[in-house]
Amino acid sequence: MTFTPFTNTGLHIINLMERLGRAGIFLCTSCLRIITPPYKLSPIIKQIHFIGARSLFLIIISGLFIGMVVALQFYDALVRLGSVAMLGAAVGLVLVRELGPLLTALVIIGRAGSSICAEIAIMRNENQIDALDCMAIDPYRYIIVPRFIGAIICIPILSCVFIVVGIFGGYFVGCVLFGVSPGSYFGGMFDAVLWRDILMSVIKAMAFATITIWVATVKGFYLHLDPTAFGSEGVSKVTTQAVVVSSVSVFFADYIISSIIL
Amino acid sequence: MADKQTKIEIAVGFFMIVGLASISYIAIQLGDLQVLGQKSYIINARFTSSSGLRSGAFIEAAGVRVGTVDSIVFDPEEYQSIVYLAIDEDVPIHEDAVASIRTAGIIGDKFIKITPGGGEYLQPGEEIFETEPSINLEELISKYIFETEK
Repeated sequence: MTFTPFTNTGLHIINLMERLGRAGIFLCTSCLRIITPPYKLSPIIKQIHFIGARSLFLIIISGLFIGMVVALQFYDALVRLGSVAMLGAAVGLVLVRELGPLLTALVIIGRAGSSICAEIAIMRNENQIDALDCMAIDPYRYIIVPRFIGAIICIPILSCVFIVVGIFGGYFVGCVLFGVSPGSYFGGMFDAVLWRDILMSVIKAMAFATITIWVATVKGFYLHLDPTAFGSEGVSKVTTQAVVVSSVSVFFADYIISSIIL
Repeated sequence: MADKQTKIEIAVGFFMIVGLASISYIAIQLGDLQVLGQKSYIINARFTSSSGLRSGAFIEAAGVRVGTVDSIVFDPEEYQSIVYLAIDEDVPIHEDAVASIRTAGIIGDKFIKITPGGGEYLQPGEEIFETEPSINLEELISKYIFETEK
């Protein structure tokens, strides 16, 4: 009886390690299936359509408003310091380094990550994945690989779209509404943003894409191994978990990548 | 079914085109990627101090950008810094031109200012002899304060 706290802690840690190990093996297996033939293009295009093309409008709208609000906030702060000429540099750096990849990943987690997780969880719930196994169809190759490739292609592209739209949103607020000269807005931005910043942006977008799709697929795929998740309630539970875990991991990875590169 | 497939392909194609346009805008405008390949030649300059100067910094002549700093190396024999300057091909530099390290504004980045001279033009790989090192404001102020105290 006196050992109960220890037993509980030990049980939790063993559970956590098991889940982490399973997720790690899942990621390695998926990567192995991605690099080995046969390669199939049409399922990947379908996923690019689902993750990328159908998120394009959402990303454009979010990017526009984020760019506008960043420019508004920086304009207000810079006017106090009397250095409005720095507006372009500030908006460009903030969008390229941080907000572009981060907010794109969050939007995609909400729009595509949750639905991918629920889709795979329902497949598992209805034993469709076992059925694939019975028919000697590799579920990794059939379900996971197209989604992985689709996400890793789409999220960096969407992040670029987000940044460009954000820059023009900032231009609209800064130059059209508040009368900052377009030359100093764009000139300052082009001088301030270096290759290093763009490289950081791309690395972040790739890392966030991997985290997002990894968490979404692994949570759905191993629904049946979670002893507390049953039926439709289980699906809703793992979907919530996937969104929470991938958002938090993306924030964590954001800090780690920034601190390594800077 | 075929109709739906075409719709997906159109959407993906549109997405890819928008994406590629954004990527090229970022790479060319923000990243200064030189697609057409602005050709440049390298000359070098020795400074007693190149403090604060980084590779990629701008080189200006008469306030116009004419090149970038290619690389900075330390010369252990002379205890100087050798700065390699990539100058645009169509900009000739006189052999007695002066290269000075300046700061853009008070807190801005360091850049190299070229003051023109006369005479022959430098060939690629040659050296600018007249240089002015970067000015350290703190050093200047401390010199002023401590010399007046004596």
